[in-house]
Amino acid sequence: MWYLERDGLGRLIGLLAERGYRVIGPTVRDGAVVLDEVTGLADLPAGVREVQGPGRYRLERTDDGRLFDWAHGPDAGKRFLFPPRERLTEIRRGREGMRAEPAPEEDDRPLALLGLRSCDLHAIAVQDRVFLELDERYRRRRERAVLIGVNCAVPGSTCFCVSMGTGPRCTAGFDLALTELAEGFALEVGSRLGAELRDALGVRAATDGERAEVEAIARAAAERMGRSLDVADMPGLLYRNREHPRWGDVGARCLACANCTMVCPTCFCHDVVDDVSLSGETATRTREWASCFSAEYSWAAGAVVRESHAARYLQWLTHKFASWIDQFGVSGCVGCGRCITWCPVGIDVTEEIAAIRASDGAVEVRTA
Amino acid sequence: MSATDLRERAAQPEGRPMRIAVIQRIVPETPESSTYWMTWRGNDGEGYAFEAGQFNMLYLFGVGEVAISISSNPMHPHHLGHTVRHVGRVTNAFRNLRPGDEVGVRGPFGKPWPLHEAEGGDLVIVAGGVGVCPVRPAVESAMRRRDRYRRLILLLGARTPDLLPYKDQLDEWVALMERLGVELHLTVDEPVGTWLYDVGVVTTLFPKARIEPARTTAFMCGPEVMMRFAGRGLLELGVPPERIYLSMERHMECGIGLCGHCQLGPYFVCTDGPVFRYDEIAPLMEVGEL
Repeated sequence: MWYLERDGLGRLIGLLAERGYRVIGPTVRDGAVVLDEVTGLADLPAGVREVQGPGRYRLERTDDGRLFDWAHGPDAGKRFLFPPRERLTEIRRGREGMRAEPAPEEDDRPLALLGLRSCDLHAIAVQDRVFLELDERYRRRRERAVLIGVNCAVPGSTCFCVSMGTGPRCTAGFDLALTELAEGFALEVGSRLGAELRDALGVRAATDGERAEVEAIARAAAERMGRSLDVADMPGLLYRNREHPRWGDVGARCLACANCTMVCPTCFCHDVVDDVSLSGETATRTREWASCFSAEYSWAAGAVVRESHAARYLQWLTHKFASWIDQFGVSGCVGCGRCITWCPVGIDVTEEIAAIRASDGAVEVRTA
Repeated sequence: MSATDLRERAAQPEGRPMRIAVIQRIVPETPESSTYWMTWRGNDGEGYAFEAGQFNMLYLFGVGEVAISISSNPMHPHHLGHTVRHVGRVTNAFRNLRPGDEVGVRGPFGKPWPLHEAEGGDLVIVAGGVGVCPVRPAVESAMRRRDRYRRLILLLGARTPDLLPYKDQLDEWVALMERLGVELHLTVDEPVGTWLYDVGVVTTLFPKARIEPARTTAFMCGPEVMMRFAGRGLLELGVPPERIYLSMERHMECGIGLCGHCQLGPYFVCTDGPVFRYDEIAPLMEVGEL
């Protein structure tokens, strides 16, 4: 562990930009901490705290100058590694017929993602299992990216990473990880690239006191977790309760607005849509985030498979916590709680699962 | 339940280029479907092969892609037939195609019918309406290797005679099947005009076909409600659930288990299916809107 002066973080941003990285970090915009391109320390959210709750997100000023005393806004690394809209293919139609070519990258600079929380780093590892082998564009962005984690000191009231085993301490998947101390930062190195950046920054070894402080911050954050979830017997619990009355109950509250899937750092479903140039000569195939909460998502053979909001909620929650494990060997939930915070009616996944568990087997699933 | 293994997923890269095929002939099949026969443009068909039960992603310029099962003979991968039912945005745009027009093709995708499972015994194929299209290559493959099966039984149904595809080849098929000793039974729910065959839902053909459950491997394809009843019917006759296979339909957009749309329980229908073993899928078919 190392010690980095406060302005060392500014030097890190500068160093990365100098090396050609597109440096993405937290910044305050529209009343939220969002991730966007940052050029220096001044862009970071100094003296800001979040108040999060089901269907509620507010920023409060503390004016204490601290940079990372918040959990996370709606953005995670997903928005950059798997952009909400991305041109994939250009198809030209000329005299020799159709010809398809990969669309060029809109911004080909490698990404440096700064300020990711442990849940966000885990979410990237989850999406790696989805995309890395199958999607060249994702792979190229992922392999060139620098990931800089930040240990949470002040988790949100909707957070439950401790239950999911994904935080709050960054333990894997980062090049560098920071813990904000009273003056500067404790710095941990997670890769060869991280070590190289550390050397270029000029740091000193952390003292025993600083090490102890990092441990204390992590311990305190774990104890301040806003929510918890019993994940025992997943996927079984959700599979055998597919016809539990709770789905109808939550379906009646759910607006099918898709907010949960948009803020979820692991949701990967997408559409590919065509646009045609005015000349009619070029068609562009663009990938867009899709949501299992829309009707058209399950459109098949001339009909919508999942008509009811209950069926869509069942699909989302069961995929996230159960079938994801069958498909990818890991849970699709990292316990960030964004889906709770950004749900306009405050539906809480931990509450829904607890309710199903409380009357596990209330309705027996019919089998053939 | 088995999930798609990561290595297996890796074996189907999306990077597989879109090949271009050219429409040769369009055959109207039912009031809402036609078969589009196509060949490859230039060398685009190089290395292309498919198995009975697989599907292709077909692309129309500026409109989009749609998953369509391959209905032609796997022996002739350079002469592809896809029967398209015009029910959605892309499939409706197929109505505008004319011979000479180009179609982008990615594929083939998905698990095929396990024809080898039926070898040495009886193969019973049960299909309803447009469900006949995905089983047609299996029928062609089985007929070509007729000696590998004891009885070959084909039970085809539709709501009305109108809705049964490949009628233009029916006489030819009937003659060929008689010669090969294939037992063909046809039925419609509502007979119209001069219908010479049976009347009733497809399961009513079971007693007539004298299915011998201990020797039978069954393939089913059709509307889900038909497959639920046909599946139960076969089980009641004593056909073991692990020897019944069916082809599922869900919204497939990518073909490689990436876009998420075709999920059914733990499965991606595009890579874990579309052909499933009955015992893997039956409990999921019992849950509404899954």
